[in-house]
Amino acid sequence: AMDTDLSSQDRKDLDKFIKFFALKTVQVIVQARLGEKICTRSSSSPTGSDWFNLAIKDIPEVTHEAKKALAGQLPAVGRSMCVEISLKTSEGDSMELEIWCLEMNEKCDKEIKVSYTVYNRLSLLLKSLLAITRVTPAYRLSRKQGHEYVILYRIYFGEVQLSGLGEGFQTVRVGTVGTPVGTITLSCAYRINLAFMSTRQFERTPPIMGIIIDHFVDRPYPSSSPMHPCNYRAGEDTGAVYPSVEDSQEVCTTSFSTSPPSQCVFTVTKAHFQTPLPVVTDTLKVPVMGLAFSHQLSSSRLSYQPAALGVGSADMGYPVLFAGGLNAAHPHQLIGPGKEGGVPPIPSQPAHGTQADQERMCTPLDGVHYSAATPSSSEDTETVSNSSEGKCGSPHDLLETIFIRKVGAFVNKPINQVTMANLDIPFAMFAPKNVELEDNDPMVNPPDSPETESPLQGSLHSEGSSGSSTGNTHDDFVMIDFKPAFSKDDILPMDLGTFYREFQNPPQLSSLSIDIGAQSMAEDLDSLPEKLAVHEKNVKEFDAFVETLQ
Amino acid sequence: PCRTRCCAPSALTPAMNCRAEVLEVSVEGRQVEEAMLAVLHTVLLHRSTGKFHYKKEGTYSIGTVGTQDVDCDFIDFAYVRVSSEELDRALRKAVGEFKDALRNSGSDGMGQISLEFYQKKKSRWPFSDECIPWELWTIKVNVVNLANEQERQICREKVGEKLCEKIINIVEVMNRHEYLPKMPTQSEVDNVFDTSLKDVQPYLYKISYQITDSLGTSVTTTMRRLIKDTLAL
Repeated sequence: AMDTDLSSQDRKDLDKFIKFFALKTVQVIVQARLGEKICTRSSSSPTGSDWFNLAIKDIPEVTHEAKKALAGQLPAVGRSMCVEISLKTSEGDSMELEIWCLEMNEKCDKEIKVSYTVYNRLSLLLKSLLAITRVTPAYRLSRKQGHEYVILYRIYFGEVQLSGLGEGFQTVRVGTVGTPVGTITLSCAYRINLAFMSTRQFERTPPIMGIIIDHFVDRPYPSSSPMHPCNYRAGEDTGAVYPSVEDSQEVCTTSFSTSPPSQCVFTVTKAHFQTPLPVVTDTLKVPVMGLAFSHQLSSSRLSYQPAALGVGSADMGYPVLFAGGLNAAHPHQLIGPGKEGGVPPIPSQPAHGTQADQERMCTPLDGVHYSAATPSSSEDTETVSNSSEGKCGSPHDLLETIFIRKVGAFVNKPINQVTMANLDIPFAMFAPKNVELEDNDPMVNPPDSPETESPLQGSLHSEGSSGSSTGNTHDDFVMIDFKPAFSKDDILPMDLGTFYREFQNPPQLSSLSIDIGAQSMAEDLDSLPEKLAVHEKNVKEFDAFVETLQ
Repeated sequence: PCRTRCCAPSALTPAMNCRAEVLEVSVEGRQVEEAMLAVLHTVLLHRSTGKFHYKKEGTYSIGTVGTQDVDCDFIDFAYVRVSSEELDRALRKAVGEFKDALRNSGSDGMGQISLEFYQKKKSRWPFSDECIPWELWTIKVNVVNLANEQERQICREKVGEKLCEKIINIVEVMNRHEYLPKMPTQSEVDNVFDTSLKDVQPYLYKISYQITDSLGTSVTTTMRRLIKDTLAL
């Protein structure tokens, strides 16, 4: 009778191959999500340590984590090794992107030669893994990680859990290798549509991952591998859903042309002096995500599409500053566009601030405009003319104050930082950005400790804008979706839309301003007869000149 | 999508099926090179081993294959290739010629480039050696012209997505574990592998291309032998 069982040597070899294959698989996957290009050298002389004849480095922490997860076991039927890749924003929100599964099924290939064929096919499978890890969506995300988010991995052993990937996830098979004890299969299930993120994803607990793949952070997080069910604590925060939320959602998503006032706008929830409205924030999460992410995945570049955050609560009298860059600690400091945007920063002087506040428009909710302030005093004119400095309610300035600030991940966000992320929308930092703000650099302006309770409150830094420490006037600030026709936002950093916004309100021509203008106009008028006389004298010369041109 | 079909076996040898896979891509002119390199390198990644070192008693050890990431400039795409400058140069040369031929052909910008893996079968004099293909990859290329920057931008992304699909297709085929030449003895190794490179050892391959005119017939057939098999004799 033929001995169909594996010889003990073969069995030992096979176990070793599978073990090292599992370890190398983890290395390939994790290294492919580090955000860097990988390069290893070929070597014609074999070195003893290159398993499967492939030069795959071994990152010690990764090997350690993998060994810990495996705990001396090997993938077997019902016991799969999974590498979970997720994304974590600097705000603390995390989301699963991919699950790579190394599984074993019962289909055995008794005839196959272990030391030769299985080994070579495992090598081929690793090559396929190298190729496939570059074509799933998480690869491009991981190449861009750093400040706003990092990519984390987690290894677990046991049953595959795909529920964290949201609906509609896709699967790609990397390959299979038959062995006498079963068939090894390697596959990846990946989230395809971040917009479909369910509300379960707002994980606020500390990372459950072992090590963070982020070269900006050099200490590993404590590893605590038990899988946490993602639970969105909906009950705590949400209250009534404001019907107007949905309405303004629709408003936001419309594009507007660039001509004045009727450009709507939609305005956002109100200010600080209201009671905290976590409700609003929370319910806004999902729709915002929709906007932000569906764009994110289709193009790697983030283009500017302001998140829809409108809430016109019946309670709120009027629109408030949206992400207006107001510094609660320095009420008169208006944070405006950073230098990178090409717009001068706003001087933070109380005088300006006050003035700004006065000029600022209180646009009612239905208000259609935030056009440049119309006050007629010269002071106002000046204000308007300084609008490029981000004062006041000019549309230019409103728009300019909406931007994302890049900070190092996990940096304690200062309150004066105006970002979409501060609006407490998870992954809001994936919403398209516009301009970076140096003024918000925590290095430059040390962050103030957050003092507000309401996430909304905190994010809006409401107090400052109205300029009054009492915060009674409040205003406007409108967010509009600004998409110039025929312009694609994400080709260049300075695109048509940005250009238009920045130069939308140029300072008044001095000759047109009443005082100065009037004066020089009078002078001009006086000098006209003289000039005419001179020209008449030279008329023959002029005619001759014209002749030469013909 | 990949289509597999079998070529007729040669009459002189035991029946051997050559599997053939066809991939199609539509790209802009400046994307041709990178797209071709991405596909060819991905195939060759799977069809190259480390250098063999034969020892006594017919055993051999295998060198190590390194890999590296390549980012495309004109396509939102990245791929992995074998770390071998010689191999990269050989592929770039072939792809460069293909691209030039496409451009100069004056046709609608359609052509195809083929990567064929073959084995050599030595024949006795006066017969010359036979080349028996066992795997044939054909990439059909359609060059499109785009009108403006916005279209180009979309094309960058779309072609990137398409190439991701092609990579997945290639890996699927590789995973079928179908016919591969037997591992050769030392005397036969040059009939199976290209041993001319110093750091890796791909299976014997040749790259050829054709430019199609608008009627779909092949106007120029150019064969380029990258393996100097005549010199090896």
